[in-house]
This record gives sequence, structure tokens and C-alpha cells, in this order.
Amino acid sequence: MSRRGAAARLGLMAVPVAFFAVFFAWPVAAIVKRGLDTDGSWQLGRITDVLGQPDIRHVLWFTTWQALVSTALTLLIALPGAYVFARFDFPGKQILRAVVTVPFVLPTVVVGTAFLALVGRGGLLDEWWSVRLDTTVWAILLAHVFFNYAVVVRTVGGLWAQLDPRQEEAARMLGASRLTAWRKVTLPALGPAVAAAALMVFLFTFTSFGVVQILGGPTFSTLEVEIYRQTSEIFDLSTAAVLTIIQFVAVGAVLALHAWTVRRRESALRLVDASVTARRPRGAGEWALLAGVLAVVAVLLVLPLAVLVQRSLGAPDFGYYRALTHSDGGVFLVAPIEAIGNSLEYALAATAIAVLIGGLAAAALTRRDAGRWVRGFDALLMLPLGVSAVTVGFGFLISLDEPPLDLRQSWILVPLAQALVGVPFVVRTMLPVLRAVDHRLREAAAVLGASPWRVWREVDLPMVRRALLIAAGFAFAVSLGEFGATVFIARPDNPTLPVAVARLLGRAGDLNYGQAMALSTILMIVCAVALLVLERLRTDRTGEF
Amino acid sequence: MLLSLAEATVRFGGRAVLDGVGLDVAEHEVVCVLGPSGSGKSTLLRAVAGLQPLDAGRVLLDGRDQAGVPAHRRGVGLMFQDHQLFPQRDVGANVAFGLRMHDAPKAQQGERVRELLDLVGLPGAARRAVASLSGGEQQRVALARALAPRPRLLMLDEPLGQLDRSLRERLVVELRELFGRLGTTVLAVTHDQSEAFALADRVVVMRDGRIAQSGTPLEVWQRPVDEFVARFLGFENVVEGTVTGEAADTVWGKVPVPPGAAQGVRSVLVRPAGVRLVPADEGLRCTVAARTFKGTHVAVHLQPTDDGPRLEAACALREAPEVGDAVGVGFDAAEIVVLG
Repeated sequence: MSRRGAAARLGLMAVPVAFFAVFFAWPVAAIVKRGLDTDGSWQLGRITDVLGQPDIRHVLWFTTWQALVSTALTLLIALPGAYVFARFDFPGKQILRAVVTVPFVLPTVVVGTAFLALVGRGGLLDEWWSVRLDTTVWAILLAHVFFNYAVVVRTVGGLWAQLDPRQEEAARMLGASRLTAWRKVTLPALGPAVAAAALMVFLFTFTSFGVVQILGGPTFSTLEVEIYRQTSEIFDLSTAAVLTIIQFVAVGAVLALHAWTVRRRESALRLVDASVTARRPRGAGEWALLAGVLAVVAVLLVLPLAVLVQRSLGAPDFGYYRALTHSDGGVFLVAPIEAIGNSLEYALAATAIAVLIGGLAAAALTRRDAGRWVRGFDALLMLPLGVSAVTVGFGFLISLDEPPLDLRQSWILVPLAQALVGVPFVVRTMLPVLRAVDHRLREAAAVLGASPWRVWREVDLPMVRRALLIAAGFAFAVSLGEFGATVFIARPDNPTLPVAVARLLGRAGDLNYGQAMALSTILMIVCAVALLVLERLRTDRTGEF
Repeated sequence: MLLSLAEATVRFGGRAVLDGVGLDVAEHEVVCVLGPSGSGKSTLLRAVAGLQPLDAGRVLLDGRDQAGVPAHRRGVGLMFQDHQLFPQRDVGANVAFGLRMHDAPKAQQGERVRELLDLVGLPGAARRAVASLSGGEQQRVALARALAPRPRLLMLDEPLGQLDRSLRERLVVELRELFGRLGTTVLAVTHDQSEAFALADRVVVMRDGRIAQSGTPLEVWQRPVDEFVARFLGFENVVEGTVTGEAADTVWGKVPVPPGAAQGVRSVLVRPAGVRLVPADEGLRCTVAARTFKGTHVAVHLQPTDDGPRLEAACALREAPEVGDAVGVGFDAAEIVVLG
């Protein structure tokens, strides 16, 4: 019986493991070898050499503390938002939920530029109050909150909405005050979700690339920016490899910590339909909370996007948009507008791969008899999140260019890289829901004659269909916005939207800047539409889609 | 034998939850396993269903060893304690689930679902949502779902556990009738003795993972094998005594026992009906500590004046004394059992 279970788990895990071995471990290994192995001999002394450099140590220190502060700030600002989205009903909630998510899927370059337009020289704050933040760390921190607000609202709020309010009521009846009941009942139940969200935010900000590169100037640099600089500006592959290893170790340590905390707190929660837990706000306090959250969303999330749109309309008669349909023969071999089609095709393929791989992995991880090395697998799946996207892209380029896997000329290379980034999202979204499914439902199905595969299809799948859709939507959006890896491997005649934006931003002149803003606006709209469709699917609980 | 357990043992972290259990269930027999929570009765069902692997011993169905046969191939039905209906499916889809798993043709599925919903008294409920059902209705749907694939053995885990009393009493009769009519072989577990007695051809009492007693409801009720079984059946008047001839020497004084009782130091059970109230100056002197109304009679709790454990007496409604009254107690040998 248990041997059979182990065999089934191995079968489920085989595909994800193979995928990660070929498209993650191998490229990373290739880059490390390229960096540390000179003329056939390993030079491990390089690590201490690099760590001994004061400017590298400064980068390490800055990377760490800005990630910690960004995470704390994000939790502080977004947790009330998670509560409001989980427990309150208010007009426009569905649209607002999508709006909140849009920043997360925007290309980092665009966000960097949008914040520059907001708080930089000649930006909105500069025009109005002569305030500039682009030389301070605040610009970076605010952009990080902008990015990760949705992570907390989605991860924590999603679970919060499904927690049975009667648990808290039971505690109140036993004499707990409102705050105590929340602290003793709801908070522990939310713990794993908060930890997961905090970990994600920490990893994203620890490996922040586009935002820091644009807003950090010469003063602030993260490991990721440094790796990119060493790789593509200084061509010091050896130092880049050492930095990659350091980042790898740091990320691995954080992930191990996360796996440990989650395991300690994991429990089957009482989940109810989210629609029954939400209600209209009552009393001045709750209305004030709602208003506060809406104000934060407006200023922090909507304003930068609005500035972005406003700048894209800077030329008369949609001039910047019309310019997108022409190929100037210089930066682009094709008209920039074609990037939209490319991006959509790549993102669809990447989503399919990510959902397949992530779904299999999540199913394997849900099995009750999961042992220690299975949990290690769990952490392994998270690694691509933390490892520099630049490393992945560059690794693809140098490792998948010779038989038997010569994919350099294949279109699938881009979706594969994007899927690698998308898989952790799929796993993270599906795992908590899968684990919360009452195991006895699976047993009931088994006793009625359902094989393990059919149990998954008949019991788990209907319950996680929603989570699966959300996961797919995330994977799609992340693929659309992926930049760090894609920039290395997208072919010049097939750019994706973010790559096209970056190319336009890289050139001087108002027309290029305006076109970049216009293309970013289009990307933002594509993402917003995708998310809005997703929101509609989410609320349509009656039909089988 | 349809089902045989031989030396079935399950350990959870060193503790034996099932400890060498041997049990046979014949075809068409309705067997009820009775025991307090934690006695291992649910684990017994799970072991038979294939949801819980055995650490030792064997489970045989139709004489075939089930080791290595996964739950979905054992062809037994299990009705879970809290039903575990699939929340996303309507009533009909829940009942049809097992038929679909066995690849029954669509038309046949529809037919069988109708038939079963009629059988459990929910005709036309196929399209209803599971969430809209009352507890009793859920129980009926769960039963229909378990019966649909015609399992060779139907197992019920606390089948009526969460229902209110009147519903429970009605359903027990319905179940008994239904199983008799269908000839279903049933293995049920419950902690409620009245449920077990009403439902079963044979009752098996479990204690700490072992079988304490097995027999017809009448046998078990009349002759509990030891103090544990007697107390679990709700008898409070159990006391240690030295049996000599047709009397036992106890803290309650000399108590008459039936002829042929085992001799020596024994546990002696006095049924409440065997405690006769006599004038205060005769027999064992007691004070009435409490009285509870039981519908057909009044249970009177008596505290012996000269120390000793309390006695419970069953009194006719009119004759029951008031709390605080001093009474005398005599014993009726016909209602007294010398245990193990």
C-alpha cells in the first residue's frame, strides 16, 4: 500500500524533476562551470576573493536590508488591504482586485520608468511640490511595495476570505476580546499564508533587477544588478558566477527556513465559500479602514499607472501609438506592435507548460505520506523564483546551444524560460488549497472504486479548479511581463513586449520614450484584461468551465 | 465467511490501536461493533476498507487475502461518519459516483440513482445541491451513495451519530428493514448501544483495540462478560463481592445471586430493576440523592448511609420517593448477574 503510494508519487514527480534538471539545474551548472573552471581546474579561492571586495560586501549588505525593509513595509501596507478584500463587500471590488494585481505583472523596466516619471526629475512630485525621491532609497522601497502589494493581498486575502468566521466567534464566546480572538484564532490560521507571502516578497525584492537598475542609479545596487553588470558590461563571467553562487546559497537558506516554518504550522483548515464571509462594512471604524485602503491603492498603485498612461498620450492624435506600427529599420527589424502577438503566443505556451509541471508537482506534494526528501523537492521548486532571471536566461544561452538540446533557434526557448519562472507561482497557489481538501473525501472516493488518478480528477480537481485558473492566470501574466531571462534569448525579429519596451527606453529621444510608454500601456491593458477575465471566471462558481 | 479478520493489528507510534483482532462476518449478517471512542472501532473499518494498512494479521474477503489490494479494488462500501458527500456535486452525481467509477453505462446509472433515491426516501432529489440538505437527508444520500455500486460488504461508521434523537430512532428502524429486505451484509461501528442493539444481528464490544465480547444483542445485554462491558452498556450497579452458594457478600451487604453462579471473588451486577425499595427500617439503609425522569419510569439514585457506592433503582412513576427521603433497599436475585 505505502510502496504503491511511493511509486505513484515518483511517477508524478518524474516530469517536474526532469524539467527542472534540464532547464534549470543544467544551465545554472553551466554558468558556474564557465565562471569557476578555468582551463580545466577549479578555482574555489575566487569565492573568498570576491567576498573580500568592499564594494561587493556593500552590495550584499544593501541587497539584504532593502529586501527586509521592503518586505516589512509591504506587509504593513498590504495586510489591511488583504483584510478588506477578504471580508468586505463594496461596489467595484472585483475590478479593484484586478487593478491591484496589475502592478505585479508589469515588466520591471516599466515600473521603474513609471516611478521615475512620478518621483524623479521633472516627475509629477517635482512639478507639484519640488520633491524628488529618485536619489533616495525610498523610490526603490515604494516601487517594491507597488509590485508586491498583490502578493500579500492574493496569498493572504485568498485564504482569509475562506476562513470560517465562526471560529473567531467561538473564541469571542469563550471570553476573548475582538483583538485576542483575531490574534489567537485567525492569525495562527493565516500564519502559513503570511509566511509564504513574506517569503515571496523577500525573494522578489532580494533579487530585484529592473527597478533597482533604473531607480538605484550609481548608489544602490542589488546582487542581481551586479550579476547583470558583471555579465554584460564588464564581461567578468567569473565574478558573475561567484555572485550567482552566493545568491543561490542565500536563497536556498531562506527557502529552507520557509519550508521549516510552513511544516511546523501546517494544518487542515476549515474553509468555507468566500462569498459567505464577506459583508458590507459596519460602523465608522470599518468604513475608515476601507477608505484608507482605497486611498493607499489610489496613491501607491493607480497613480504611477496613470502617470504612465498620461505620458503615453504625450503626442497629439495618439502619435506614440501610431508610431508603433512602423518599423524604423534601426532598433527593430519589425514594427514594435508585432511584439504583442509574440508575447501572447509565448505566454500561452509558457502557461501551458507551467500549469502542467506545477500541477503535477503540487499533486505529488499533496500526498499525505510525503517524506523529508519530498519536502526538499518543494523547496527546490521555489528556487527559480529566487535565482536571478538573468542567470536563467544567460544559462539557457550557453547550455542549450548544442546537441542533443540545441534549442537556440527554437521558439520554445522563450516559453520554457518563462514557464520556469511561472511554475513556483502555480505550485504556491495550488498547494495550500490542495492541502486543505479534507483527506476523507479522497478516501470516500477510493472506497467507491476511484483509482488514485481518478480520485485526483474527481475530488481534487473540482475543488482546486479555481486555484488552478488563478495559477494559470498568474503564470500567463508573469510570462507576459518576464524580462530578465527573455532579454537574453528572445530573437531580434521576435521581441516580446517588455524586450521591445527596454529597447525603446535604451534609445534617446522623446519619440522612443513615448513609444515605450505607449507599448507599456498596451502591455498593462493586456494584463488587466486577462486578469479581469480571470476575476469573472472566479465568481462564476455554478458552471463547469 | 464473507469477511474474516485474523490477528489484525494496527499500531500508531508504538500504541496498538487494533490488537490482534479476530472477527468473522457471514453473508447477509448485520454486525455492529460497539465501543467507546478510542477503542479502535473506526480503525477496524478503515483496515477492512484498505484505507489503513495492517501492521500484522490478515483481512480476508470471500476467503481472499486483501494484503496489497488497494481500497478502490476491494469492492466494499464505507459510509463515513460525517458523510463526506462531494460538495461540488449534486445529490444525483454523488449517488452515481461509484457507478461511474465502475464504468456503468449512463442509462443504467440514471436508473439506479432513481431507484436508490426512492429506496432511501428521497425521490426526485437528484438535482438538489448537497449544501441544501438537512443532516438526515445527507445521511440518506450517503447511504444511497454507498449502496449504489452494490458492495459485497457495507460498512457504516457511526451511521446516525450526528442526528437528533427522534430522527435517529426512526432511521434505525428504516435501516434495519432495508438491510433485511436487500440482504446486505453490514459491518457498522457505533458508540451508542441502543443503536447497536436495534440494528445488529450480532454485537461486538471493543475495548482498547481488542474484542471484549461478541454475541446477539440479547446475550450481551443479559450477560455482560465483565465489568467494563456492563458499565459501557450503562449499568452503574457493579460491585465486587465474594460469591458463596446463592449469595454474594458485598459492601451493600448480602446480595442474593441466581443458582449456579460462579463462586469466589467476582464482579456482581445488579440491574436497576432488581433494586427494590422497602420501608426505611428494612434492608440496606439509603438516602435518595437524585431522581431523573425516564419517561416509562424514574431512575432513583441512592446513597447508602453506611458508605459504599451509589445504587441506581428503577421505580414506577407514582412510587418514586423524593430527594432526601430515607429508604430501605432489598435485592431481587432474578435481576442480578455474576460477571466473568
